[in-house]
Amino acid sequence: MINLGYTIWIPLLPFLMFLLLGLAGHKLKHKLSGLLGTGGLAIITVLSYITAYKYFFTSEKIDGAYQKITAFNITWLQFTDKLHIDLGVLLDPISVMMLIVITTVSFMVHIYSLGYMKGEKGFERYFAFLSLFSFSMLGLVLATNIFQMYIFWELVGVSSYLLIGFYYQKPSAVSASKKAFIVTRFADLGFLIGILLLSFNTKTFDFITLTDPTGTAIAQGSGIVFMGLSVMTWSMIFVFMGGIGKSAMFPFHIWLPDAMEGPTPVSALIHAATMVVAGVYLIARMFPIYTFSAPVALEVVAYVGAFSSLFAAIIACTQTDIKRVLAYSTISQIGYMLLALGVSGYGGYEGLGYMASMFHLFAHAMFKALLFLGAGAIIHAVHSNYMTDMGGLRKYLPVTHMTFLIACLTIAGIPPLSGFFSKDEILAAALHSNKLLFAVEYAVAGLTAFYMFRIYFSIFWGKETQYHETPHEAPPTMTIPLIVLAIGSALSGLIPFNELVTSDGKAFESEIELLVAIPSVLIGLLGIGIAYVMYRKETTIPEKLAATFKYSYKWAYNKFYMDELYLFVTKKIIFKHISEPVAWFDRHIVDGTMNAIAYVTQSVSFRIRGLQSGQLQKYAYVFFTGAILLAILFIYLWK
Amino acid sequence: MNAGIPIQYFLILAAIMFFTGIYGFLTRRNLITILMSVELILNSVNINFLAFNRYLYPHKLDGMFFSLFIIAVAAAEAAVAISIIINIYRRFTTINVEDVDEMKY
Repeated sequence: MINLGYTIWIPLLPFLMFLLLGLAGHKLKHKLSGLLGTGGLAIITVLSYITAYKYFFTSEKIDGAYQKITAFNITWLQFTDKLHIDLGVLLDPISVMMLIVITTVSFMVHIYSLGYMKGEKGFERYFAFLSLFSFSMLGLVLATNIFQMYIFWELVGVSSYLLIGFYYQKPSAVSASKKAFIVTRFADLGFLIGILLLSFNTKTFDFITLTDPTGTAIAQGSGIVFMGLSVMTWSMIFVFMGGIGKSAMFPFHIWLPDAMEGPTPVSALIHAATMVVAGVYLIARMFPIYTFSAPVALEVVAYVGAFSSLFAAIIACTQTDIKRVLAYSTISQIGYMLLALGVSGYGGYEGLGYMASMFHLFAHAMFKALLFLGAGAIIHAVHSNYMTDMGGLRKYLPVTHMTFLIACLTIAGIPPLSGFFSKDEILAAALHSNKLLFAVEYAVAGLTAFYMFRIYFSIFWGKETQYHETPHEAPPTMTIPLIVLAIGSALSGLIPFNELVTSDGKAFESEIELLVAIPSVLIGLLGIGIAYVMYRKETTIPEKLAATFKYSYKWAYNKFYMDELYLFVTKKIIFKHISEPVAWFDRHIVDGTMNAIAYVTQSVSFRIRGLQSGQLQKYAYVFFTGAILLAILFIYLWK
Repeated sequence: MNAGIPIQYFLILAAIMFFTGIYGFLTRRNLITILMSVELILNSVNINFLAFNRYLYPHKLDGMFFSLFIIAVAAAEAAVAISIIINIYRRFTTINVEDVDEMKY
């Protein structure tokens, strides 16, 4: 057994940084506070890599499978002997992989922020929040039990809220942060119900007990049936609802595009690479329960993922704000991951989808963070989010251009970049289980290539835009993370995920299936080709197309009117017909009773306060009279 | 046993003293006078104690002790009360009890 107790410092160190920067940050110089935050992240990045090395290469395997190791554990709330809530560190292939993803991307984002946020007001506050986020996210992935996960789940929600609303003087940022918090919070209600149902039936919170495929927890509760589905299925669907909210799947996707109001590095870290994949991580964490006792819930996961990926990809083709295109692309890619989990089985080659999902999560974190940071560099240079203000930037931003191109090729699934491998595994997994979902994902692969190269060509080629001031390449603090992430997204396809991160911890054989790979590359190339024709030079094809499909274009451009639908449902139906009567009742009946009591008390006391005159002798007189009356009472009436 | 004076005489004297004290306490406006009235009340109680002790329980001394205690306490009380009155005078430049009505609503 190797000693991994030090892993507790991986989440604790950012927390201490948060306390330091949050409490004393305003006294430190900007540069120092930034360097402190980044330094803390550098240390835990190194620790995470050491942990990953130790775990994957030196830890003891039993029966060829990686074991789940509880590196640290304290009992926090003891309810009964069996039911207790712990806080601790659980290491298994997916949590170690997430450690790498989170610390790497977070570290890169910290370095990048040193340049991007330079001179901003609230610089140290920004770094304090980033540290808080890193702490919460690491706590989430290392959670030993579902309740700890829930706590950190809410904490990442809070840090996301704080960072989206970082520019708190901008009304749009404030409303976006509120929207993100409320929507995810609403979804988390489902998560909480799911946790309660699950723990009630299995009598445990602990992940190791819960996900042991031979254990008793999985068999529990499947006997009770409600509305045609077992209680386990219901609880897992509710748990997944939390995942839908956090991962911005349909129908709770509406917060993610608005969350782009936050600083761009934050979008890269939280709303692309780490926090939004928490939903995927959650399903992966609970995967044995899903496959063994709630297969229907797993199907729900697959269909929600597939629908969201298609839905978001279509919207992404019509948006002009580059960050929003990337946001919809994120939704689409997370849909991919969920779909892969949804079609996966357990163990060996059956678990291909599970492995593919984790693989894609890893690759996506790298290339999507890269895309966002690249977009940040572009926005930094052009001072606009809109593609219409950009064009021909390849001459001005050579480094950004190259790294952005690599990221676009990766997401489009061009070999030998990582996106090709992970996407290929997902498609193969889908092909083996559900042909319909396979077809959907095929279409999405083409759309992905198209919209990514649409923005690539519009930004870096396209029309020659005249700029007020010549755009200049970002400083090295911003370009170095871009280069590192570009290398990461290009090469992470070579990591043998089928040996390291699998559903049952055992390695299995998987190879590129040419039958799937060749068409997927072709459809990717097709998407790129169409984008090339339409956006390489300034043409009228896009306008003509938009005019031809006027209504469907408008529909997609307005995000299928989802926001309006939400507003209609909330304002016109819920607020008007439920909240307003309730508010009236509260204001008039409940408050009215209380006000009446207060009013009566007050008016009576106004009347009788004259008795308290301050005249000592009046008091004595009253007292004396009372004494006499009592004396009479006792002498004559008390018989 | 002193058969000459019946107990009623003592009690009537005590009652007169007591009500004189009460009357003074309620009607006088000068704090010093009020203090004097309180002394009257206390002394009337003393007389009662002594009389009852002498006539009802001649072999016991409880009433006597009570009287002694009351005299001691009354002396202490007078000292405290006078110092309070001096302070009131310094604060309000009056010892008229009607003017000292800060502690009202």
